Amino acid sequence: MAFAAFSTATAPSTDPVARRRSPVALFLLLPGILYLVLFFLTPLVSLLLTSFQTPREFGDIGQYDYAFRWQNYTEVITTYWPHIVRSFSYALAATFFALVISYPLAYFIGVKARKWPLLQSLMLVLVIAPFFISFLLRTLAWKQLFSDESFVVQSLKALSLLGPEAHVTGTAFSVIFGLTYNFIPFMTLPLYTTLERLDVRYLEAGNDLYASPFQVFRKITIPLSMPGIVAGTLLTFIPAAGDYINASRDFLGGTGTQMMGNVIEANFLVLQNYPSAAALSIILMTVILVIVSIYVKRSGTEELL
Amino acid sequence: MVIGAFADRGADLELVGIEKRFPGFTAIENLNLTIPAGSFFALLGPSGCGKTTTLRLVAGLEEPTSGRILIGGTDVTKQKSFQRPVNTVFQSYALFPHMTVLENVAFGLRRRKIGDPVAKAHEALLLVELDHLAHRKPQQLSGGQQQRVALARAIVNRPALLLLDEPLGALDLKLRRQMQLELKTIQEEVGLTFLHVTHDQEEAMTMADTIAVMNKGRIEQMGEPQQLYELPKTAFVANFLGQSNLFTGPVVSTTSTAIAVDVSGQKIVVPLERAHRISGEVTIGVRPEKLTLHADEPAYDAGRNTMGPGKVIDVSFSGVSTQYLVAVPGVGTLVVFAQNVAFGPAAHVGAEVWLSWNVDHGFGLDDDPADAPRFEADLDTKTIAQQRRSLLVTELEEA
Repeated sequence: MAFAAFSTATAPSTDPVARRRSPVALFLLLPGILYLVLFFLTPLVSLLLTSFQTPREFGDIGQYDYAFRWQNYTEVITTYWPHIVRSFSYALAATFFALVISYPLAYFIGVKARKWPLLQSLMLVLVIAPFFISFLLRTLAWKQLFSDESFVVQSLKALSLLGPEAHVTGTAFSVIFGLTYNFIPFMTLPLYTTLERLDVRYLEAGNDLYASPFQVFRKITIPLSMPGIVAGTLLTFIPAAGDYINASRDFLGGTGTQMMGNVIEANFLVLQNYPSAAALSIILMTVILVIVSIYVKRSGTEELL
Repeated sequence: MVIGAFADRGADLELVGIEKRFPGFTAIENLNLTIPAGSFFALLGPSGCGKTTTLRLVAGLEEPTSGRILIGGTDVTKQKSFQRPVNTVFQSYALFPHMTVLENVAFGLRRRKIGDPVAKAHEALLLVELDHLAHRKPQQLSGGQQQRVALARAIVNRPALLLLDEPLGALDLKLRRQMQLELKTIQEEVGLTFLHVTHDQEEAMTMADTIAVMNKGRIEQMGEPQQLYELPKTAFVANFLGQSNLFTGPVVSTTSTAIAVDVSGQKIVVPLERAHRISGEVTIGVRPEKLTLHADEPAYDAGRNTMGPGKVIDVSFSGVSTQYLVAVPGVGTLVVFAQNVAFGPAAHVGAEVWLSWNVDHGFGLDDDPADAPRFEADLDTKTIAQQRRSLLVTELEEA
């Protein structure tokens, strides 16, 4: 639905070829449609129904009946609003830092390194290299690096940059750090693909028309790389907002850094409060959908895509 | 400085001892050039001759290895591209795809903080007759329209110097003619200094006041179009600007007004003031349209050079004129252009003909004849076919 905003061009198709419904096309689409109905639409409807369930009278923990109990929503919002706010602020911060780190990197690989294709491919491999090791293992490794006994933390304490009682794990810093670290490849790759296609002749033309290097960057490079920025920020923001690994107590988070993903996990698996978990999931999806639609609409990248 | 105000008129451009070396090759060697303010100057040459590099050096998009660039007497060698009072119409146009036509044109004005950029942009668009498309995106325009927008985007800034990098290359013939005329009109109206880089000799000759023919990073010859055409200094210029018939031979006698050259036993006279070398082996030439075909050997005339007999090996009709290829034994194949004043060709393939031309139309080249291309003595059908083929290939490349 959010991605419908990307494809405004396809909506009012008056092309006679497109209007003619071909049975072959429908037949070819069938597996895909079936897949979506089975694994996307059905769980979604089930999730929606669950979110309105009510506890069974005299039932055990985890026993619920279908109903229309919309209070589930008001209850989770009043209970978990700090987690909701935290989720989106952490995701926003991580997206911002990932963008700031990835843009120069992608620019270097995609524009500056064009003269040396070998260096270009080598750097791309390095960007993708973390994927060769499990996401969980890498996050655990950071937990080790940031643990209280680690060299990093001990050195910082020795230098009095950290107080004697301070921790790094379990803080907002380590969670945002983990999110940023884990999503940098997702930001770098789309940025690289647009910057790689960036025609430097536009930059020369900008220079020729009295724009300083900074103005060229702001007025030409950034607008022309907008599709990459939009794709990269979406690929970072959406999963980061729902992430529950980095913020989990077993990894980089603590009690004060729990995000929506952690709360949903706890409600589903520990508290067996399925309606609350489902309601939170629906809220998470809706908010992301609204934010993303506004973002895509506002960034005005339709004609560049 | 260029912020806040327009250049009030075109400025001189001076290149002093410019050299540009890239790893592995020298693009430009020791280039000295002065372009007076208000002139339309063309740099003409084949691709890879260094003309585009010269333009990029002037625009500040490349740095010279050595030498100085002066615009209006000010040394701009160390200035960055955006600090120079120069604008370029790029070969690719390089119109910003994310801005409207109007914003493209106003871009330079906004950067220089010149008052009322929108009104001035509209004015520039009116000049190129595209104001009605001001709110379109560049991709929605045709090639010719984009070219005019690129031109408007450059001239709206009233640069002291306007650089044109083969801006008409992508246009079809009719549109090209129209734009050539338009460019020339604009140049005369606004009085800017134009530096036009092109490989199209016809374009250079119709538009420019002065042409510099470049080859292999050096300027071969510079002058007014007519002078360059009538009196080329080198074999390269003689063949790049139009076609030429060139002959090589020793100077056999010199008078106070002319030299006589022995070309395979035929004595050819060239006026002294039109010959760059007057002793030893020399290369002389004559333009194809200056030649006259004769069916019989012409009577001796002191004012005309005669060559022949030769055999017509090809006749091709091209509307206003007919091109004949005449093989003269011991000399080579000569090209003759004859106006089609009468119906039908003056000679048919296989006919025996003589050629003559006014002594005053010949020219002597400055080249060392050792470097100049010589004609092969034997003309079997294979060589003729090869020559025709290479001629056609160059013709196709030019078109």
